[in-house]
Amino acid sequence: MKLYEYEAKEILAKYGVKIPRGRLALTPEEVRKIAEEIGKPVVLKAQVTVAGRGKAGGIKVAKTPEEAEALARQMFGMTIKGLVVKKIYVTEYQEVEREMYLSLIIDRATRRYLFLASPVGGIDIEEIAKKEPEKIKRVYVDPFEGLRDFHVRAIVSWLAIKPGTPQWDQAASIVRAMYRAMTELEAELVESNPLAVTKTGEVVPLDARIIVDDNSLFKHPDLEKAYEEDPRDVTEFERYAQKIGFNYVELDGDVGIIGNGAGLTMSTMDLVYHFGGRPANFLDIGGGASRDVVKEALKVLLRHPRVKSIFINIFGGITRADEVAAGIEAALAETGGTNKKIIVRMKGTNEELGRQMLAKLGIPLYENAEEAAQKAVEAARL
Amino acid sequence: MTILVGPNTRVIVQGITGKEGSFHAQRMLEYGTKVVGGVTPGKGGATVAGLPVFDTVEEAVKATGANASVVFVPAKFAAEAVYEAVDAGIQLVVVITEHIPIHETLRFVSYAKARGVSIIGPNCPGIVAPPVKAKLGIMPNNIYQTPGRIGVVSRSGTLTYEISYQLVRAGLGINTAVGVGGDPIVGTDLVEATLMMAKDPDIDAIVVIGEVGGDAEERLAKLYAEGAIKKPLVGYVAGRTAPPEKRMGHAGAIVMLGSGDANGKVKALREAGIPVADTPMEVPQLVLKALKK
Repeated sequence: MKLYEYEAKEILAKYGVKIPRGRLALTPEEVRKIAEEIGKPVVLKAQVTVAGRGKAGGIKVAKTPEEAEALARQMFGMTIKGLVVKKIYVTEYQEVEREMYLSLIIDRATRRYLFLASPVGGIDIEEIAKKEPEKIKRVYVDPFEGLRDFHVRAIVSWLAIKPGTPQWDQAASIVRAMYRAMTELEAELVESNPLAVTKTGEVVPLDARIIVDDNSLFKHPDLEKAYEEDPRDVTEFERYAQKIGFNYVELDGDVGIIGNGAGLTMSTMDLVYHFGGRPANFLDIGGGASRDVVKEALKVLLRHPRVKSIFINIFGGITRADEVAAGIEAALAETGGTNKKIIVRMKGTNEELGRQMLAKLGIPLYENAEEAAQKAVEAARL
Repeated sequence: MTILVGPNTRVIVQGITGKEGSFHAQRMLEYGTKVVGGVTPGKGGATVAGLPVFDTVEEAVKATGANASVVFVPAKFAAEAVYEAVDAGIQLVVVITEHIPIHETLRFVSYAKARGVSIIGPNCPGIVAPPVKAKLGIMPNNIYQTPGRIGVVSRSGTLTYEISYQLVRAGLGINTAVGVGGDPIVGTDLVEATLMMAKDPDIDAIVVIGEVGGDAEERLAKLYAEGAIKKPLVGYVAGRTAPPEKRMGHAGAIVMLGSGDANGKVKALREAGIPVADTPMEVPQLVLKALKK
């Protein structure tokens, strides 16, 4: 679950970090009111859970409350990387002396927590990571030992902050708060970019991002509830898919994809691409899917306006071919048939039974996934 | 030899009275695996698939001499099951369970490693070794009937079956197939499992099946380029069309902060001198070619 910036900052504030004054607004009038309260220039920040919103016009500075309201009118309802802006976080504008970068992730290779720190930060951190990787310091923290003082010292001094100054203490408290957020919320990522030194000499997280592990949400009922009320970064189809019980990701092509297992489904998408087609989606029915899951999955693609052909690629272990065939039959019965061409390749458990069931519907079973992928690509072109 | 499992592997199933546990205990037995019992707290004294059920792993180990376990326990209790197995002296724990919180995995993996215990998974299909008729997992039995000298290491379940099937159809038998799991943190990762196979004299070539997310493929490519692996490797990477910042089914399959995309992985592997197939069906040809060299 990706937290909004305002949620992430509230969490850091709870752990003792001083964050810029600000409040969340849901209407242009509220934006104006908050700007009046702050009484200084403000920054309007669109609350969407994708990176790169600044470049997409999702961050604006307003000198007056009137200007803030006018900018908010443009910003509400705009779409950033497919997500509609419904919330704006209004914060006091701060003049920045220097921008830094600080993040905390779980390192797969060493299986430890890993701080990434850079004395330069801001929007181009990915470029910095590629072109000047020596600027980014890596500090590993053992999950049993936890964060120790020497870790904090190593990070803060790398950020080029002088020991014994108020900035040092502020930066150290941010490092500790990020670590607490990581471990207490069971996050996958806690990030501040930019972390700034302001002209008034304070170290302040100008932005904050937290991604909580979906698998640990059941231990954090408040977050679970917030997600339930506002699923934030998923499209309508993706949300529907979550409810039914399969994995769905929207793509921009016209060949619908259904597979079982994430790897096989991705491989099926790649096959379509390999033969010159464009996948419309990623849809993984998971292991041991029942006919109902298959039915609902297929109905999503049958209704999908962009999908022209549908390629179903199943390698049955736990998943049974006859269940899949029954699901296909039920989906076609419920939707009253379709003009979209359905191409099926199924191997494994109860394959023969599945073949017979599909033959009755006039759907042949392909032996070879490459051949099936080519047929699906051709059918989408017709 | 085979890696991780052998003729003396004696298996217990944790969570054996559950739907998945009982079903797969039966399938493992049918395959020929020496499954010697199961554990479900509170169900001690019962029998599943003709196997004795114990309340604790300790009791199961004492009564059966088990040295390996397969965990089918639901995510909320799975970490607990792993700690129990490690403390009872089990040497290999295969965790099939999906959706275990990543911070919990992080800790039980550290705990097990510090005690010399191997973990496979979580969120994995397990291990299958046709030469010794041992399956600790959920792979379809019929694909793994031909013993041979090819190792398969994979981050994906169904893709392991698909590519194993292609290999067997091309006349290439399998020594051991290991699905390391689709989570960001796994007990034995793609690199570690490949290095184990690289040391096994009965494995001639290793097929490495990667996917988007993380940097295991890149680390493997680097090791190979440095000469740490002398055997032929053949790669396949799923998710070349996966968009960034979107999780593709597996918790671990996500391109983040500009790293972990499939094309970068393919490039790294090829630049290291490892042939990479464009489709799963191309894998056997590349393996045959690599073996001839």
